[in-house]
Amino acid sequence: MPPLMRQILSRVGISLLVLWGASMLIFVIARVIPGDPARVALGPNATAEQVEALSQALHLDRPILIQYGFWLRDLVQGDLGRSLYTNRPVTQDIAEFLPATLELVFVAALLMVALGMPLGILAARYRGRWPDHLIRVLSLLTVSAPAFVWAVVLMLLFAYFLPIFPIAGRLSEEFAIPRVTGFLTIDSLLAGDLAAFADALHHIILPAVALSLSGIGQAARLTRANMIETYDKPYIEMAQAYGFPESRISRTYAFRPSLIPSLTIIGLDIAALLGNAFLVEAVFGWPGLSRYGVQVILRKDLNAIVGTVLVIAAMFLIVNIIVDILTVLLNPKIRHAEKRG
Amino acid sequence: MLILVANPLTLVGVVLVATVVLAALLADLIAPFPDHRGAVVDFVNFNKPPSVAYIMGTDVVGRDLFSRILYAYRISLLMAVVVLAIAVPIGVALGLVAGYLGGRWEYGLMRLTDIFLAIPPLVLALSILGVMKPTLLNGMIAVTAMWWPWYTRLVYNITRGEKAEGYVLAAEVTGASRFHIMFREILPNCIPALVTKMTLDAGFVILIASSLSFLGLGVQAPTPDLGSMVAEGARYLPDQWWLSVFPGLAILVAVFGFNLVGDGMRDILGGDR
Amino acid sequence: MTPLLDIRDLRLSFRLWSGTVEVLHGISLSIARGERVALVGESGSGKSVTARIILGLIQAMRGARVSGQVLLDGQDLGLLSPRARHGLRGTAMTMIFQDPTSSLNPVLPILHQFREVLARKEPGISVAAAHDRAAAALQEVAIADADRVLGSYPFQLSGGMNQRVMIAMALANRPKLLVADEPGTALDVTVQAQTLDLMRGLVADHGTAVLFISHNLGVVREFADRTFVIYRGRIVEQGPTAAVFADPRHPYTRALMSAQPRLTAVGLPDIPERDPAFGDPMEVHP
Repeated sequence: MPPLMRQILSRVGISLLVLWGASMLIFVIARVIPGDPARVALGPNATAEQVEALSQALHLDRPILIQYGFWLRDLVQGDLGRSLYTNRPVTQDIAEFLPATLELVFVAALLMVALGMPLGILAARYRGRWPDHLIRVLSLLTVSAPAFVWAVVLMLLFAYFLPIFPIAGRLSEEFAIPRVTGFLTIDSLLAGDLAAFADALHHIILPAVALSLSGIGQAARLTRANMIETYDKPYIEMAQAYGFPESRISRTYAFRPSLIPSLTIIGLDIAALLGNAFLVEAVFGWPGLSRYGVQVILRKDLNAIVGTVLVIAAMFLIVNIIVDILTVLLNPKIRHAEKRG
Repeated sequence: MLILVANPLTLVGVVLVATVVLAALLADLIAPFPDHRGAVVDFVNFNKPPSVAYIMGTDVVGRDLFSRILYAYRISLLMAVVVLAIAVPIGVALGLVAGYLGGRWEYGLMRLTDIFLAIPPLVLALSILGVMKPTLLNGMIAVTAMWWPWYTRLVYNITRGEKAEGYVLAAEVTGASRFHIMFREILPNCIPALVTKMTLDAGFVILIASSLSFLGLGVQAPTPDLGSMVAEGARYLPDQWWLSVFPGLAILVAVFGFNLVGDGMRDILGGDR
Repeated sequence: MTPLLDIRDLRLSFRLWSGTVEVLHGISLSIARGERVALVGESGSGKSVTARIILGLIQAMRGARVSGQVLLDGQDLGLLSPRARHGLRGTAMTMIFQDPTSSLNPVLPILHQFREVLARKEPGISVAAAHDRAAAALQEVAIADADRVLGSYPFQLSGGMNQRVMIAMALANRPKLLVADEPGTALDVTVQAQTLDLMRGLVADHGTAVLFISHNLGVVREFADRTFVIYRGRIVEQGPTAAVFADPRHPYTRALMSAQPRLTAVGLPDIPERDPAFGDPMEVHP
């Protein structure tokens, strides 16, 4: 479908440009701020020669444009430099920690859509009555606290006072699964270990809920608002005048058109989960990229900072592109822009 | 006014916000242990659960949590005021310019905005802050830097829509300067959306700022800050639960209040899409 | 003979924060089988809500207070169970609306909606059967290329085409009563005239009674057998269309007619003053 492909490609193109711009931005920020990265990395006990040697190795003595050039060259070869924190290539660090975060974000996104949207539809259907008011207040409440507050509350309520879920970690110690994708849920299924699968799920639920809670509230409010706007449209009145069953009206007739404006924002929220993941990772001791990211930022580990932020920004943009594609697919007007009746 | 009363939730929001503001302003008078906001140590009473003397318990060095929370509200509100006071004018001005002047201005400014918006907000603030010394001032700078693009985009969208309206054309025909058209004609039309967004943002700045200080990148000890208090308390989870729960709830109360008020504003003034 | 639709002393008020707003002050109106009746008035006169009350759409709204009787085929609709009443919609009574394109769901193809309409009478009707029935219905409204239309989305079709689709849908289940709320107002004049001609022929063929809501006197004159003039929630004049037009007696009717430009007879009549004479009692033509 040519127009669809063209749109996707142009979107990808713009995203790459934006990503490039972002890389420059982060790069500049990381290096321009006062403080000597080499000295910071080596600590106060390093000798002057050691600092000097590291500075040269990191090209810190060259003009910033040259530094960027080196970095770009390395990037194209798949090299993001070495992390001074773990003493490993940054790419290796990312490969190790990214799946944990992605798994968490994925489950959280699923919860957002699977719980948030239906609640919004329900609130719109019973507009003005108590289910609506209840859902509205609860949604507003969930977006009013950062994910770490919910993480703390959930952990206390469901892992401490009511010990239903484990307190921290991804998997109980007795399980060991061969690492294929890094996604414990998938890997345990691949290894045929259902007990491990259940255990992995058991561990991921609380952090995922904590991470997704404000997203659920957001999705509910957005879906509700769009549904209400759609309910006022003439074609809904016609459906009611014809006596279509109310449930069909709410699920099909009203929901589909209202999904389109919601999609962009929900996409943004899902992408925002990436940004909020470390708040939850910190509380639950989840070994993900976000926790790694915070560690390297605190240690001014330049290569790692730039690498991590870039990967997260790229994920962010990928989610946006997927949302764009879905929007085009859902909206017949865009799909059929060429035909005319 | 009638609308406020008619909508009980907005009223609740106003009450919450007023409580927070008053708590911050009158901390010196209300706090049972005003000096606990500093580096006080009381090893006799440390890590005590909530009681009559210490309504919310004491922290690891024996300071009254309730008093510290009151003073922490000062920091939160200060953040909100300063960040918005700087980010909003910058963002709005850029949005007006990009939307009205169009051409290269539009292209350049909106691409810049896109770049800032491409990076998840927290990540951007973190990377800025991560390479600076963690102080309140730097925290404000970081949050401001990530906040302005939202206003640019909002005002840009409105301006683009208003550009073709009658009153703008009329002003152009009578030879009004571009500056006048942007700031005297178009800007007033942005005000309802801006007010709604600013009210909601007051809460969000507090939320984001608390996330940053949770990670250790805000004000430093011994100044009390809600986010860092939760972080400190998280180490003693789950036994000394009050250490992280009460500051967390304090964040919730403040942000929830602003959200309720902002929602009410949206109903009165109209959307802020 | 019992009229098909009999509205007796219908009153409607809304309870709001600020007080009670009375919209209808006792409307009485009847339509015989196969008859075409027009309800004429300005916007805000209450004609649209009357139409919606017949279908039962207003009663569900919060704060709405409806009293009086609406009888369909002698059956008091108010006495029916909500379920039974709901069952009449789309089967015994249907409605068409002002703007055809926005009255059809933008993200669903025409066939999908048509099938839903047909399912009101024949629940669980298959896609193939629905396609055939819909195609036949479209042929009745002079749409030759039924396959293409059924596979299209409303935005791909012209306003006139969508109008015909709506009429086809409305008559597909052979309803006893068709309520037309300002049909064709959103279309241009020629298209409007064509579709009304079409509609007139069809309802005559099927023996469907029509309640025609309009502010456009020219169209009313062409189409309706009898006319009811409504002003601010009250019927002020009624009678055979020819009689009412030839000899408008009520001051309001007269003001309404003189306010319409003769030639084109479109658009809302602009009645400048609120004449106290408008409160005069109803005039009935025999």
